[in-house]
Formats: sequence, C-alpha cells, structure tokens
Amino acid sequence: MPEVLKAPLVVEFPFTRSLGPVQSAFLTGLRERVLLGVKTGDGRTLVPPVEYDPVTAEEIHDLVEVAPTGTVTTWAWNHAPRRGQPLDTPFAWVLVRLDGADTALLHALDAAGPDAVHSGLRVRVRWAAQRSGAITDIACFEPYDSGDDAAAEPTGHDGRFADPVTGIVAPARLDYVYSPGRAQSAHLDALAEQRTVGERCPSCRKVYVPPRGACPTCGVATSEAVEVGPRGTVTTYCIVNIKAKNLDIEVPYVYAHIALDGADLALHGRIGGIPYDQVRMGLRVEPVWTDGGRHPDHYRPTGEPDADYETYKELL
Amino acid sequence: MSKEPVAVVGIGQTRHVAARRDVSIAGLVREAAQRALLDAELTWADIDAVVIGKAPDFFEGVMMPELYLADALGAVGKPMLRVHTAGSVGGSTALVATNLIAGRVHGTVLTLAYEKQSESNAMWGLSLPIPFQQPLLAGAGGFFAPHVRAYMRRSGAPDTVGSLVAYKDRRNALKNPYAHLHEHDITLEKVQASPMLWDPIRYSETCPSSDGACAMILTDRAGAARSPRPPAWLHGGAMRSEPTLFAGKDAVSPQAGKDCAADVYRQAGITDPRREIDAVEMYVPFSWYEPMWLENLGFADEGEGWKLTESGVTELDGDLPVNMSGGVLSTNPIGASGMIRFAEAALQVRGQAGEHQVEGARRVLGHAYGGGSQFFSMWLVGAEPPVL
Amino acid sequence: MTREIAVVAFGQTDHRRTSDELSEVEMLIPVLHDVLGQAGLKTGDIGFTCSGSTDYLAGRAFSFTMALDGVGAWPPISESHVEMDGAWALYEAWTKLLTGDADTALVYAYGKSSPGSVRDVLTRQLDPYYVAPLWPDSVALAALQAQALIDAGHADEPALAGVAARSRASAATNSHAQLSGSVPQGDYVVRPLRTGDCPPVGDGAAAVVLAAGDRARRLCARPAWIRGIDHRIEAHALGVRDLTDSPSTRLAAEKAGVFERPVDTAELYAPFTSQEVVLRRALRLDDRVTVNPSGGALAANPIMAAGLIRIGEAAARIHRGESDRALAHATSGPCLQQNLVALLEGDPR
Repeated sequence: MPEVLKAPLVVEFPFTRSLGPVQSAFLTGLRERVLLGVKTGDGRTLVPPVEYDPVTAEEIHDLVEVAPTGTVTTWAWNHAPRRGQPLDTPFAWVLVRLDGADTALLHALDAAGPDAVHSGLRVRVRWAAQRSGAITDIACFEPYDSGDDAAAEPTGHDGRFADPVTGIVAPARLDYVYSPGRAQSAHLDALAEQRTVGERCPSCRKVYVPPRGACPTCGVATSEAVEVGPRGTVTTYCIVNIKAKNLDIEVPYVYAHIALDGADLALHGRIGGIPYDQVRMGLRVEPVWTDGGRHPDHYRPTGEPDADYETYKELL
Repeated sequence: MSKEPVAVVGIGQTRHVAARRDVSIAGLVREAAQRALLDAELTWADIDAVVIGKAPDFFEGVMMPELYLADALGAVGKPMLRVHTAGSVGGSTALVATNLIAGRVHGTVLTLAYEKQSESNAMWGLSLPIPFQQPLLAGAGGFFAPHVRAYMRRSGAPDTVGSLVAYKDRRNALKNPYAHLHEHDITLEKVQASPMLWDPIRYSETCPSSDGACAMILTDRAGAARSPRPPAWLHGGAMRSEPTLFAGKDAVSPQAGKDCAADVYRQAGITDPRREIDAVEMYVPFSWYEPMWLENLGFADEGEGWKLTESGVTELDGDLPVNMSGGVLSTNPIGASGMIRFAEAALQVRGQAGEHQVEGARRVLGHAYGGGSQFFSMWLVGAEPPVL
Repeated sequence: MTREIAVVAFGQTDHRRTSDELSEVEMLIPVLHDVLGQAGLKTGDIGFTCSGSTDYLAGRAFSFTMALDGVGAWPPISESHVEMDGAWALYEAWTKLLTGDADTALVYAYGKSSPGSVRDVLTRQLDPYYVAPLWPDSVALAALQAQALIDAGHADEPALAGVAARSRASAATNSHAQLSGSVPQGDYVVRPLRTGDCPPVGDGAAAVVLAAGDRARRLCARPAWIRGIDHRIEAHALGVRDLTDSPSTRLAAEKAGVFERPVDTAELYAPFTSQEVVLRRALRLDDRVTVNPSGGALAANPIMAAGLIRIGEAAARIHRGESDRALAHATSGPCLQQNLVALLEGDPR
C-alpha cells in the first residue's frame, strides 16, 4: 500500500463577539479592576454574571460588586500548560467562589506546586498589566493568606463605565493533520503522474472521479481503478467576477463542470486558453498541467467540434 | 394508532440585520424565543423540550452551542436536541420538534434556529481550505450558478426572469418589518444593472448575510385549544436526502425535492398543488431558484416554472404568491432561513402576517433545502385542523 | 399505548489510535453493511436514517454530507442528522418510529479524533465569552470534577484506579477495544487524574438498526426493547453546578423508568474514571449491577459514537441472552452537562 498522504490543516479565525449588557459590564469591570456579579430573583449572587438565571430561565441584570478575594472550591494541577492557557508555567486550574458570590468562577491559580493548593485555599485576583475588557484581564489567582475569610456582602453597582467594552475578539486556532483516505490518495498519486484515475462501482458500474471510496448511490466501496480523460466536455459553467481573498486567480475566469471521457459525472475545473465570454456548454477541452502542480492548472479547448447536448445532458 | 395533531401557537423572530452588535449569541436566540412565548401567551415553565438547529458550528466558532445556550433557552432540567442538516436545517429542526408531539413524547416544544454570521464570515466558514483540493471558487454563488445556467438551457427561459424574482422579493420585504434588506428605492432597472458576480447570477439576485433567529412553539391538540390566537395546523411534513454528487444527479430538479413534496402532498391529501395550495415560502437564495423550485415542487410542468414568475403569478397579489416575506433573498441568517420559511407559512394561515398577508390563505407550503441541493425539508400548514 | 421499539442490530469498527488510511466514509461502510446484514435489510428497506457527528473533529464544515455516501441514499431517503453523539440520533429515530411514519431506522455515528487534538477541540464547546478564551481542556475540567469528588469523600485515587483496572480487564473480551487488559495507571495528566483515568484517544464508528413491534420480532431473535429513553441538560457553567452529582442523569433515568425495578447491566458513557463514580451514585447502581462489561469509554472512546455504542453494547447483551434488563447512558458537554438514559429489556426467557 502506498504511503498515506497527510498535510497540515489549520482552522483559524478571530471571531468577533458582541456581548450584550451584562457581559459587557462584567468585562468592562475587569478592565477597571472591578468584579461584578448578578443577582437572581431568589437573592443569590452569580459570579461571573450570566444573562439568564440557570434555575428559572429569567433574564437577570441587577449587578453587584464583589471582592477580588475568594476561596477555592475545587482545583486540578496542570503540570504541562497548553497553548492559549492563562499561564505558561505549571499552575492549578481552580474554581473560585469570590467573597460575596454564591457561585464559582473558572480560572488559573499561580502556586508553587500541588502541595500548596487545596480546596478551601484563600486566593485573590492578580490583574493583568495590560487590560482590554476580557476574561484574561484576570491574569490568574494567587494564594492570599489574610486569614480573614469573612464573606463580604456584595454592594450594588450600576454596571456603568466610561467607554464600555461591547465586543471582544476571540482568536481561535485549531491544528489538524488532514489525510484524504484510501481512494482519494490513490487519485492524487495518479494526478502526480498527470493521469486522472477514478473508481468504478462494482454494483452500478458507474465511474466516479474524483473517487471518494464509496458509490454514493449504491453505498458500497469502490476499488477498481479506471483511467479517464484526458479530454472532456464542458457540461455547464459560470463566469466568476468576484475575487476570493486567498485565491490567486485573475477574474473574470470560467469555472466549469467538465465530464471527462469515460467518467460518469463531471468534475470541476477552470477553463483557459479561450476568452471567457466564448466558453459554451458542450465545449471540448483537455487539461493543461504546470510543473509540480497537483491538479491540472486549467482546461483548454481541444479544437474538436462541440459535443451535442444530447450526449452530455445526463451529466449536467 | 394515529399521530397526535401538531399546532403552531407561537412564532417569534428577531429583526434580521447584518450585525446584531447589541446582543450576545444567547441574547439573540433568547429574543426570538421570548417573542414566540409571548405570542403563545406561555412561560418557560410551559415548555417540555427544546429543539435547536443551526448551520455549521464554525460560523460562530462555538462547537455544539446548545450546551452554552441551555440556560438562555430555559432548557435546564429538560431535553434539548440539536439538529444540523446544512441549509435545510431550519426546516428539519421544526420537523424533529413536530415528531416529539406527533409521537406523544411531549405536549409543548420550543423549536428555534439561528445564525449570527457577524461573529465570523460565511465565506470563510464555507470554504475552509482542505489540503490536496484545488481552491477554485468564491462562495456559494459559484457553486449554484452553473446549475442556474443548466436550467436556463433546459427550459429556454429568457435571462430576465431572475431579476423579476429579485425585484418582487425585495419589494415584498418592504412589507415585512423583520426582513433584513429594506431597499426602498428598488427598481427593476437597478436589479438588472447590478454587476454579474457569478454569471448568470447578478449581485442583486443573491442573498444577504444576516444575524437572526426564529422560534416557534409547537403543541398538541390540548395545547392548541388553549391558544389565545388561531393556531396553524400541520397537515404534512417530510425530509428527503440524496447524495451530494452522483452519476445521474439532476442538480436542476433533484429527485429528493420531488419525493419530499410528494410525501407532504400525500399526507395533506393534496392532488393538485397549483390549485390547492394558496401560497409558498420557498428557499430561494439565488433568484433563479424560484422558477426551478416551482417545477420541482409540482406547481409547474418541467421547463414551465419561469412562465409563472414572468406572468406575475408569484407576486404578492398573484394567484400563487411566493415568498411574501421577502424570502431568503431579503434575509439570510443561514441556519434560521429554513425555519423562517416554515414560520412565515404558519403566520399566513394564522392570518398574522400583517402587511404581507395573503388574503384568505388557508394552506401554505414552507420549503427549505441545503447542501449541494440534496437535503430537503418541507411542511404544509393549514388554518383548519387536519382531517384524521 | 405507545409503540414498541427495539434495537435489533448493532455493529462497530475496531477502535484505533489512528485510521488515517481511511476517510470517514471508508471507515463507516463496513459497519453499515454489518448491521444491515445482521437485520437482513437493504438501505431501501430502511424507513428513516439518522446520524450523529461533529464538524469540529474533522476540521471541516458539512463533514456529515460526505459520510452519507456510505449509506447509498438513492433513491432519496428520509434522513436527518444531529450535531451530537449518535445516542441522540437514536433518540430522534425513536421519536420518528413512535409517530408510525417508519417501521425501521438506521442510526450511525462516527468520530475521528486522530486528525486534531481532542483536548483542544473540546474547549470550543465552552462558554465563548468567559471560559473558552482560557482554553481549559477536557482533562482539566474532568480533573476539577474528580477533585471535588475526592474532597466530598466519594472517591480517592485508589478507587479511581480500581475503576480503570476493572474496565480494561472487562475489555479483554471486547475485540473492538482500543485499550484492554493490564494497563498501568501512569503519571498525572492533570492531577488528580492519571493516564489510566482518562479514555484513549481514537477513531471509530458504530451503527444500530431499530425496528417497531412485530417487525422487530421478525428481524431479531431477541430484540432489545426500548422501554424508556429520556435525556436532560443542566446549566452550562461549571461554577453553578454541583460537580459531584448528576441530577440530569437521575431525572432522565427516572423518566425512562429505570428505578421501577433493578437493572442487571449498565453501560455508562463515563470517559473518566471519576465520572463513573458520579454516575453510579446518580443512578443508584450497586455491586449487583454489571457495569461496563464492554470496558466502556475507558477502553475505546470514539467521540460522537461512544454514547451510541453504550446503547448498542447493552442491546447486544440482551440479544445474546446475557442481560434481561439493561441501562445505557450517554453524555455530552463538559463534566456530564447533558445526559441520556435508555432502558432496554429482552422478552422473558
């Protein structure tokens, strides 16, 4: 069996998140080193403040200020921090019930080691030096041995700040290693030799290109390799006039469905070597390869007479 | 044992816009749900279960967002299901919810669909770079445009038909306060002068990108009897799927769409849809899909759909109004778009559609599709309870 | 009287750390053929099809559309998909059969964890404003729950190690398991959880056939009747929940009728040893109940399929006559946020 094809796949985007009034007040508060919670109908104080009561589903918005000190309710020692986590040295994940709050907030605790951490530990917020209105404005928690753990009463707060934060940018990156599977790998290997190879369904005998390992109508695995083309017929197309961000193709160009000779459905490709406004359904084309390209760069007219509509209308 | 009849007693939508910067994702869905509850005069405690749908999670970058949204939708302590069937998801979600009632699992269910596209960029979400694949296209328009060309070739439709649909839907949207696009100065000439993006699809013949949510309260016969406003009754509902690409696929008029409609008509006892159905909310993200779906859904013979559009039959005051709300062409929070079709159909038979109400609408079809024209979901709702 | 619905066939892949020589559909096809073959059915005989998967594992939007190629959806089929574990796909199919619109259903689920880092991927499930920006991974959250359990006196590290050892010993008879036999408990991953307390990361797929009434009796010698199935969700934020308890599991079990009579078997989707402790307490399972004879998720954890596999494993024991009344459980979300419980029974022998 040939070696499995693999390539990195990075899924990355800076998501822009609008906050709504409660979350806006909380995150703006962090920027100003003020910790806000929200009161529920039955008098509990939730920190961090949520927009909807988890018990009654009521919308809640009465904000209160709580202390930057609190108590660890549970913890977990993370000796190997991962990308994006609050600290890059070993730390404890903690749930902290801030003084004045009835619920706990998840964050990191900077501590000497696991022996220095226990549930019930008193901690306080360590603020980030640069704050923008995000949960990371709390750099982490740190142990705080005041000995005084009298629960502070939360005090009312109108949640108003100058220049409130109304949105955050949440960048997210996930790294994958993509492998296309057996059938597509075989197809790609053949393309590297400038051959287009599909697979035939053992049941309905249709030839699929590119093959995906299964006949989608019969639900059975395909395996018999069949070389198709290189020539084919344009079955339909559109003229693309809009430039895609990371697509290095000059507009306008023709994006076409091309039924290669011997294939039972059309694949997709770009048409070149002819003015874009002269491309037509039925045009006979052939692939043009460039050095090192994994796919034909484009397809160009062969000069043959156009195919009759009746010969390809089933492939539309 | 027969199925429990299902009624729509509450409908809520957000005012759809390009970016709802004043609310969180939870705030957006909550707004639609709260309006649906208000319409039904029910509270969170009256809801037995929640069925939520949306298009790909990558659009907002939240994986399985029903987990985070449980609190906002009053689902804590209740069953919550999350449906994803590509573009048809809004319709499929409503149908999954109807099964909970029809199968007598629950009495009253909240169903909701949303998309907050401003959190990312739909074009990014739809075209994540897949290694070894040749990047060729920009956006969904490029995917569907060749099928539109195939339809034009097959039907001989004049190339002006697409602009007629866009002009109609954008004018209908002016009568719908929830619609995203309100182009007060729209003219047919402007539509026809707009640039070709993916020839034969013009800019004005494409859908916008919206933030929005839509919610419905579905209930059983007993719940409907308590409804303060006239319910819409489910007369038929179905989903059909076929593979994305296959030898012999008819991308212009997919068999799955025909079969889905036939199933709905059979359930509803409809033998002549063109005469027996009063109006249609169909999923038309690119204007040419109106004539294409008119044929696929059996309102016109093959190759004849464009004649209905051209002769004004599908206008708001026509004989078979289509997309009275302004349709997907005027509002497209992707995951919610199918449910908006279903909800707008229900509004019509309840007589609650306001300025875009079709007088005397008794039976209306809601339609959604997705993927590579492969996933279909439809329902037919009526002003009267179904005959059992 | 509600319709009688049963699991009549169950199949799964061997679960492996990687399956990069196969695409999702290539991995799925043998399993689909297996269950249809067991029931003696063809795709065209199936009344409804429903699947469960997530785009986030594959890193591709609409990834489930390609998996549909393995079903052979032609002529077009009545079909749906949940972006949830396949256990919820089975729930949707069960409701469809209840309406009488279909007599049989094919349910499948698949997950390939090998392309990405599942610990990082699952952080994207969390509150996107307050929690996800901190990237707390799935092991870390489970470890917070485990410590709470230890602090409450419901478990200690040796007890957790015992759960791990028992599960993998049971898996020795499960040829599909990824991890079985004597497996060292290992070092801390996130303390107090050690390697042995955590599930293996791997790829796999599973499928189930459901049938109603007499149809089920014709397709299977001893159908596993779904006497009850229910699922419930809890609040999302960890800080508002009692992590040592699972009230949603208990409520779902109550609604499913689990507490009316003792079960003999329980297949629990507890990816971490500590979560089995939480679930046993919530479900009031004592030592007379055989828990996770398959080895459970500690032996194989193909995300999105592992919950469906619990139902399938419980049903298969009933098919084989090894159980008369079995409970199956599935979970979703951080620290058991959402839970499904199914109660399965065989006809009296």
